[in-house]
Amino acid sequence: MPAIELTNPAALPADWRDILALTKPRVMYLVVFTGLCGLLAAPVMPPLVIGFTAILCIALGAGACGALNQWYEADIDAKMRRTANRPLPAGRMDRQSALHFGVGLSVFSVLLMGLAANWLAAGLLAISILFYVVIYTMWLKPRTVQNIVIGGGAGAFPPLIGWVAATGHVSALPLLLFAIIFLWTPPHFWALSLFVRSDYAAAGIPMLPVVAGVPSTRRQIFLYSLPMAAAAVAPWPLGLTGAVYGASAAVLSFVFVVLAGRVLANRAMEPAQMAPEKKLFAYSVFYLFALFAILVADRWLAA
Amino acid sequence: MKLEEEIVRRQRARALITALLLGAFVVLIFFITIAKTGINW
Repeated sequence: MPAIELTNPAALPADWRDILALTKPRVMYLVVFTGLCGLLAAPVMPPLVIGFTAILCIALGAGACGALNQWYEADIDAKMRRTANRPLPAGRMDRQSALHFGVGLSVFSVLLMGLAANWLAAGLLAISILFYVVIYTMWLKPRTVQNIVIGGGAGAFPPLIGWVAATGHVSALPLLLFAIIFLWTPPHFWALSLFVRSDYAAAGIPMLPVVAGVPSTRRQIFLYSLPMAAAAVAPWPLGLTGAVYGASAAVLSFVFVVLAGRVLANRAMEPAQMAPEKKLFAYSVFYLFALFAILVADRWLAA
Repeated sequence: MKLEEEIVRRQRARALITALLLGAFVVLIFFITIAKTGINW
């Protein structure tokens, strides 16, 4: 057979690595980790296989969100350096396959959660997927500067889902965990968007630094870090956790607010001079990991 | 690489992964059933 040049890779069956890349596995770690912490912090422990399946379903749901996000934003991704090499904008996969994969994975993850854990957890998983795809990706993100503020709710669901998968009901602590991630999301993403704002501007996404400017974004980062710190410490005075968590949350949150203060004080406009923003972004990831890990340790020590 | 060779390579890789995932799913459903049955006893 003569050698034929591969001029249209999207006409071929997609490579499995590209299908995996649709699920954004790199951003899934935090979702899986916070979901696992929600499950481990619950007062009752489900059988191991049920707990494993619940976390698997959260991961699959997050993967489905990633696929549907990439399906919807293929045109926008093509305009940003950071995302231009994803399977759809790079032309290695057709959009319809991504849509089918995303919808199929969503339905599968919700059904499996319902059958293995309980239908309240499955309902919350379905709401979180719909929230991320419809409310955030399709509606808010391209239209309003408040996209990340409200859209942050989608990423805040995993600990709540993990808790409900274990207990079958919602209570105060998982709602506070939801609030912590909800309030953490704006300063986390705005810190990132400050030093990649040219990408967002090129793609026409109304992120805060693009629309309101850099100084206003720095103010908002600092202002949001205050209620976030309050929500992070709140489980302690409310008697939901012990002193180990309370003291750790206070110290971790204090450092967060100090770093947000340094961002507020920074006057640089060039990404190369935005060291405080980069530091805050990196610390914000560590902060959430540490806070949730200490929460689980505290609950286990109390038990 | 020839087009047909590339198509066959990708189809084989996807078929293998699908088979492994289906096998894992069957094992998972088996253990979920055991766990659920245990709870109801």
